[in-house]
Amino acid sequence: MTRSRRTAAFIATRLASVVLTIVGATLLLFLMVRLVPGDFASVMLGPRATPELRAQIVHDMGLDRNLVEQLLLFVSRAATGNFGEDVVSHRPILDLVLEVIPNTLALAFSALALALVVGIPIGVIAALKPGSWLDSGLALLSISFITTPTLVVSVVLFLVFAIGLHWLPVAGAGNPGDIVDRLQHLILPSVALALGWVGYISRLVRAALLDTLAELHVRTLRAYGVSEYRIVGLFALKLALVPVVSILGIGLGDLIGSSVVVEIIFARPGIGSLIFNSIAQRNYPVVQACVVFIVAFYILANLVVDMINALLDPRIAAGRG
Amino acid sequence: MWALKRICSERDGRLGLAFTIAILAFALLGPLFSPDPNVLDIKARFAAPGMAHLLGTDNLGRDLLARTSVGTRYALTLAVLIVVISSVIGSLVGIVAGIAGGWVDRAVTAVFDIVNAFPPLILAFALIALYGKGSATFVLLVTVVFIPQFGRMARARARTLRNLSFIEAERMLAVHPGTIVVRHYLPNVAGPIIVLASMNLPVVIAFEASLSFLGFGVQPPKSSLGTLIKDGFVSINQSWWPTITAALVLAVATLGATLLGEALRRVIDPKSAGAR
Repeated sequence: MTRSRRTAAFIATRLASVVLTIVGATLLLFLMVRLVPGDFASVMLGPRATPELRAQIVHDMGLDRNLVEQLLLFVSRAATGNFGEDVVSHRPILDLVLEVIPNTLALAFSALALALVVGIPIGVIAALKPGSWLDSGLALLSISFITTPTLVVSVVLFLVFAIGLHWLPVAGAGNPGDIVDRLQHLILPSVALALGWVGYISRLVRAALLDTLAELHVRTLRAYGVSEYRIVGLFALKLALVPVVSILGIGLGDLIGSSVVVEIIFARPGIGSLIFNSIAQRNYPVVQACVVFIVAFYILANLVVDMINALLDPRIAAGRG
Repeated sequence: MWALKRICSERDGRLGLAFTIAILAFALLGPLFSPDPNVLDIKARFAAPGMAHLLGTDNLGRDLLARTSVGTRYALTLAVLIVVISSVIGSLVGIVAGIAGGWVDRAVTAVFDIVNAFPPLILAFALIALYGKGSATFVLLVTVVFIPQFGRMARARARTLRNLSFIEAERMLAVHPGTIVVRHYLPNVAGPIIVLASMNLPVVIAFEASLSFLGFGVQPPKSSLGTLIKDGFVSINQSWWPTITAALVLAVATLGATLLGEALRRVIDPKSAGAR
């Protein structure tokens, strides 16, 4: 097979498996909610239950139909983004989700960008002097970054920079339309979210760069007298970044998952705090809709990254990567 | 003893061991130096560290050294339970899938993939919100989130083993499959699973703390590091001390467990030690 056909076949297989995973995840989500013991409408409405609301829920979620019909209804709604009306705010659930998603995406992407911008140089510096005190110091620093829970980082940043020094705003996402204000509100949460990934990416870059620098073609370059900085900057770093790209998908998903903690501490509107508040109100249809969104995003991010990788490194599509 | 010596022979191993011992000592010995963690001393609310309360008191005047130490103990117990249960279940399911092959294998792998399609914290959230909050329920639900990792590892090992000649020979000799599993699969899967479990311990400690902080984990009157951080955070304007103490203990515990876990991996599985 030619290279492009192999890549195409790889992408097709990946697409098929993605579709299956999304279907499976939706099924799991559906079963998870429906296997809750007790009368579902009452469980969901809790103290809010009035006969009218009950009737609305039973109708909206198709609880009066059989399980297969309910599942089909759920899947078709999830696919079209029609999640029904929220019983608390009487607005379409889709609107609630779409309203907060930009905040979470801004947080996750800025954290990821920060992690790359800080993590890659740390990894390169460590790899240039392997075994030196600088390298071992940076290694310990990276491990500390990785292991310190986001919860701890958020709390400490919040205490020091928002409460103690008053340098940055305490809560919220800033005034809509005021870019400077919104950026100021983004700094602490994205640093809190990014720190672990700074450590992770720096270690990954260091390991990959050391592997690349040990290869024969690099030895040839050295023999030709090319300076170490040129070797790293022009040749080795590009190869060393392939593993970094491949974890970006996991990274984005993980960042969105951990954004819950950060959004709660910094009182930022977002999909994490929407899930959290909806769970507190036992508003399960909203929780369900949010989880569908997050899972779909998580899977798609991984898919996109896989494809980028297959294009960058043909060995992956050939199954040898 | 041999493993301990190897761990102590490098800086990260020594650091990890020291941090871990410090945290364990704090969790076990803390109550000796402090009053009952649940006794209220309303007059001494938000007391700063001093002779009466070595780490100060919380919003109800309860001794923070006692509470943090008991909370650490509880958090560590939960984390160890979760890691042990999920590694045992994951190993067994993974081995069965790896040996059986065919549709059993495909079905198990598909379930693992689907569970992995959810970000861990979000999945735990949804499960706990739907199925309740008691400590036992909590342990079981979080276990669900961590089983796939162990299952995949065990499955991959089992599949490699299945085709090795010494196992084929035993099959030919009609040795009972259960005996083969106990005699060959379990010991061969154990090494990587122990390494994975030790690497996952700090992850689970942080995971439990996040869930408890958000109110989905340990419920009052029990306390863990996560609930202590939350309690302190709620009254952060009166006193920052309780939050920072619990956060610091949490950070040291996860750092110690990680360093120790990586050192252990380098001892048990030297092949993977190259890419440090």
